[in-house]
Amino acid sequence: MNAALFIILGTILFSALLGIYAGRRVKMNLENWTVGGRQFGIVIIWLLMAGEIYTTFTFLGASGWAYSKGAPTFYILAYGALAYTLSFFILPALWKVGKKHGLHTQPDYFVNRYNSRALGFLVALIGVFSIIPYLQLQLTGLGLIVEVASNQAIPSRLAIAISFVLTCVFVYTSGIRGTAWVSIVKDIMMIVAVLVVGIGVPMIYFGGFGNMFRTLIEQKPQYLVLPGGTSHMGVIWVMSTLLLTGLGFYMWPHVFGSVFSAKSANIIKRNAIIMPIYQIPILLIFMVGFTALLVIPGLANGDMAFLELVNKTYPSWFMGFVGAAGAVTAMVPASILVLFASTLLAKNVYKAGFNPKASEETVMRLSRFLVLVITTIALVFAIAFPEELVNLLIFGYDGVCQFFPGVVLGLFWRRVTKTGVFCGLIVGIAVVVGLIVSGRDPFLGMNAGFVGLAINSVLTLVVSLSTKPTDVKKLESEERHDR
Amino acid sequence: MADLKEIGMKKGTRIALILGAIPFITMVFALPLVNRIEPIILGLPFLLFWLLAWVVLTPVILALAYKLEKKYNPPEEGEDK
Repeated sequence: MNAALFIILGTILFSALLGIYAGRRVKMNLENWTVGGRQFGIVIIWLLMAGEIYTTFTFLGASGWAYSKGAPTFYILAYGALAYTLSFFILPALWKVGKKHGLHTQPDYFVNRYNSRALGFLVALIGVFSIIPYLQLQLTGLGLIVEVASNQAIPSRLAIAISFVLTCVFVYTSGIRGTAWVSIVKDIMMIVAVLVVGIGVPMIYFGGFGNMFRTLIEQKPQYLVLPGGTSHMGVIWVMSTLLLTGLGFYMWPHVFGSVFSAKSANIIKRNAIIMPIYQIPILLIFMVGFTALLVIPGLANGDMAFLELVNKTYPSWFMGFVGAAGAVTAMVPASILVLFASTLLAKNVYKAGFNPKASEETVMRLSRFLVLVITTIALVFAIAFPEELVNLLIFGYDGVCQFFPGVVLGLFWRRVTKTGVFCGLIVGIAVVVGLIVSGRDPFLGMNAGFVGLAINSVLTLVVSLSTKPTDVKKLESEERHDR
Repeated sequence: MADLKEIGMKKGTRIALILGAIPFITMVFALPLVNRIEPIILGLPFLLFWLLAWVVLTPVILALAYKLEKKYNPPEEGEDK
């Protein structure tokens, strides 16, 4: 018991110190803080992106869905591979634009491409609103993991408070470098935990995963094909969700922004090739969820399946290791979410909307201050409104994926206009919110976010074609004049 | 649509795009055809095996796309390595 406590607290503290150390001897300006001075090589980019992408959700949500819903959870294995495939084609172009114009954030891109501060302002607000549930998801997951892993020695709220305050400190001091360094600890611990549990648990209870699946086919075969244990997550739902999450993936403001931290466009391209390899451990997490379905059926909260099964199977010190891995797995994405949420608010909402004359130093100082504010808000949310994990994440996706037409058409189609993107974005978001609020998600079997994205894309195209083309030359000269 | 055409005209990019369509075809559009338990392959029910197989093959496909794109498209100025 004491061992578990020691491992969890020790890991959290060590990670935070490493994060702070990462920023030593670097003069912190906005360029270094948000995009690491555009100096990251392929290893650090891979770690950083993996750090952002494999979150507490990987531990709890994927196994929880396998446990409670079955086959619909398979989308989590596949969507990453789609996103990386897409990134191979679009991110190098995006990186070049970022380098050329010194962009830091996603709204910067919209301001630059469409010459519209208002559009950047809107994108920043939607981005921040989508980040908050994602951040909350990390915190709720962290609290849950640590509380169970420490056998209630560290209550959920205390765990959230300690680790998040420490996260806040290393974001404040080191920016994105802190995230990248802590990612190393996180990746190693998470992989070890997933390998041990994912291979071990089916082995211990069934002598191997083949036998586990055979038992599952005998007892609950419906869990292995769509729509699994659900009534509404059929083939069409999974197809639309795959497209939505595959396209929406790099539209998350923090993932989008991380692209700019690479040293070259080529590094981004090569990274896209190796990223899918990191997707494979998710298979092991499904195995844990399915084993739990057979061994400990009837849990009220499916998200607890992973932890309950580990608790039942392994000694308490290993539970401590899982708890520690879970905590760092939440801290890393939380750090980058806070980093980008505060930069968006300082640079693209405050500066662009209210004080265009603000110097870069002012923006930097404000960003750092906002780290503290956002941390506090997210803490309050996480403690006051815990919700089922995957639902929150899909909701955020519905929002950010609406950026897709504006980003991709903006990169590859000169004819797309500001008005087109505005109309598409606003109507897309309105459709999503309308469908979800009125209880029509899924709509005709399709994910509501996907319906919004489809309407958004068509509208962006049609309106762009019927409005006056943006004068790109004029735009570029104004941009230069601006700086 | 001048831009799109311009991009499509480079042979390497066209080949890469065709390769890049494969994961989308196999993992999204083929889904109605593979939603089944049998045959069980390597101990995995077919739907899971199918998705896993294409996740594993995606890096191979992208590496091939990268190679071919390099081979057919002349390197741009200022591009490193």
